[in-house]
Amino acid sequence: MSEERSGANILVESLVRQGVEFVFGYPGGAVLPIYDALFQDERIRHILVRHEAGAAHAAEGYARATGKPGVVLVTSGPGATNAMTGVADAFMDSIPLVVITGQVPTSVIGSDAFQEADTIGMSRHCTKHNYLVRDPAQLAATIDEAFQIATTGRPGPVLIDIPKDVQIASALWHDGAPQRHIRYNPRERAEAGDIARAVSMIAAAERPVLYTGGGVINSGPRAAELLRELQAKTGAPVTSTLMGLGAFPADSADWLGMLGMHGTYEANMAMNQADLIVCVGARFDDRVTGRLDAFAPNSLKIHIDIDRSSINKTVHVDLPLVGDCAQVLAQILDGLGDHQTRDLSDWKARIDGWKQRNSLSYPRSEDAIAPQYAVQRLFEMTRDRDPIISTEVGQHQMWAAQHFHFFAPNRWLTSGGLGTMGYGLPAAIGAQCGHPDKLVIDIAGDASIQMNIQEMGTATQYRLPVKVFILNNEWMGMVRQWQELTYESRFSNSYSDSLPDFVKLAEAYGWKGIRIEDESQLDAGIQGMIDHDGPVIVDCLVAKDTNCFPMIPSGAAHTEMLLHGDEVVGTVSDEAKALV
Amino acid sequence: MKITQSASERHVLTVTVDNEAGILARIAGMFTARGYNIDSLTVADITENHSVSRITIVTNGPPEVVDQIRHQLERLIPVHKVVDLTENGPYVERELALIKVAGTGEKRVEALRVAEIFRARPVDTTTESFVFELTGAPQKIDSFIALMRDLGLVEVGRTGIVGMIRGATEA
Repeated sequence: MSEERSGANILVESLVRQGVEFVFGYPGGAVLPIYDALFQDERIRHILVRHEAGAAHAAEGYARATGKPGVVLVTSGPGATNAMTGVADAFMDSIPLVVITGQVPTSVIGSDAFQEADTIGMSRHCTKHNYLVRDPAQLAATIDEAFQIATTGRPGPVLIDIPKDVQIASALWHDGAPQRHIRYNPRERAEAGDIARAVSMIAAAERPVLYTGGGVINSGPRAAELLRELQAKTGAPVTSTLMGLGAFPADSADWLGMLGMHGTYEANMAMNQADLIVCVGARFDDRVTGRLDAFAPNSLKIHIDIDRSSINKTVHVDLPLVGDCAQVLAQILDGLGDHQTRDLSDWKARIDGWKQRNSLSYPRSEDAIAPQYAVQRLFEMTRDRDPIISTEVGQHQMWAAQHFHFFAPNRWLTSGGLGTMGYGLPAAIGAQCGHPDKLVIDIAGDASIQMNIQEMGTATQYRLPVKVFILNNEWMGMVRQWQELTYESRFSNSYSDSLPDFVKLAEAYGWKGIRIEDESQLDAGIQGMIDHDGPVIVDCLVAKDTNCFPMIPSGAAHTEMLLHGDEVVGTVSDEAKALV
Repeated sequence: MKITQSASERHVLTVTVDNEAGILARIAGMFTARGYNIDSLTVADITENHSVSRITIVTNGPPEVVDQIRHQLERLIPVHKVVDLTENGPYVERELALIKVAGTGEKRVEALRVAEIFRARPVDTTTESFVFELTGAPQKIDSFIALMRDLGLVEVGRTGIVGMIRGATEA
């Protein structure tokens, strides 16, 4: 059946047809027709954020926790520019978003009209693709293609800029299934010959490591299952990037923990000493490799990635397998069949030796709560509830990655590539929308939480019982740490002066506020947070000058890890300072 | 501290793309955003219904960077195909230039004589100037322009190169 409908109406119908449940957005002049079309429409739930960056991060949190694309709706100009940080964040971490932005009417585009910005130009390099729709007749097909592009291949954000007159003008709307477009058709399976090579490399390896990343999560739960099967079949130890935590269970004897700058000693040493690295959906990021010329010098490398441009980008690999993680893992498992793999007991004995270094151990004192201990207790007291954890960015994020442990995908939401402070609270809100009955906790720092603290109002409005657990050390801790390590403790502008009273702030928004001042209050505070049937801020006062270890300093190799603070010298060369 | 740069080589890429608004900005912007070089870029639509354009890009960089450039281009949704002509065996490349030369007397005669040697065609003539049209490999155009410098060179316009694989098949 087909009938004339307004562009705004076609947009809403298209979203419904795509199965969209939630739209995270904020109204404004250039999207009023769309908001009118959404008015009293029961099929889509609109979550009104307090700032457009919050909309994009909430959509990201929803997408990561549910595996479905997140949808954002914001107005032109400042609406679009505010949302852009979240769009860039989703681009770096390959999160599927469809971002709808209003635009000034086509007749005035380019005239510096009120709230006009070149949204297409600005978003070109932080979206997987973007569109300016000038004809309402193109809207339905564009939206269908946008969802397809956002969710297939390497996922990412797709932006659709819709001028106000296009929202009002009408076009024919056709009922029926979305059209699948043929111009985007990413390769999902690796070639049989390459799989055979991979199988023989894996079977011959004496010191293999599975190095996994966000691609395993993005590929879907099947990829995590197949990863576990491959591990069980080969016995190979598993490490993961920040993005990939949860794909492999942290209670396995073959789990090495996270690798990279703040990874474990055993993970980084295993990478350094391996004779075969199987990279599954990771991208040899600078936070993972450390100094490139010293990275895994004696290993063969197999790289499974759906994005051909990730292959050989920073690290040369011996065998690229371009395809979807789940499909390629299934191909490898098929190929392995009854192949005997090598006995790895010598390799595992060496790894056990490295584990004995106990690189995640931390000092505790009577005077103040060790931040790592707070995370450890939070983990121990919530693990049987299978919580979803989001974070902001900084020391607390690394401590969460090190001391909170994950057993399933889609439970860990963190801004990895872009490193966006202010991500965690809106991401928790988005995740809670997708999982209303789950325990969702934003592990935060006192500085990061203030970057999108206005989203407390969103949680209040929609009765979302998110928990914010602030490790409050009164510093931008990671900045302070780098200043201590590389700028002789000149703490330039890294002190969190004039912090609000977070408990009173919680109460002002209708949340519950809990303050934890010493270890004796820690368990009761966490329990109080869990037991409260509504949003809670926990202001956990922790030791102020704790640094995050282990750490591979900038420009150092995996073998040059600092395990404890007493190895810190306080200065580095200009070459090391110039690294990211 | 010094900033080091690695040795680079010249590559000619042809890129077939959907002929849609913003495609040129998308490609040129990708080069700037990722720090790649563009020495020359030409674009024109090549199908009867104007739906597909062919872009020829001359770039330079270390081999692994050129490889990245190709894959980053392939990643763009409107890009159909990327061919590195330099990697794909013998190919021809041609460029067109318009060159304005002004002068009288012996210099004017000499300019015309050199133009004949280069098979450059005068497409505009006044009593004291020529506009020559010259097609060829970029080096040939470079040499012609160099000779014209002493003979009253006024202005140069060049198209940038287009290239194609030799032989019967499509690249």
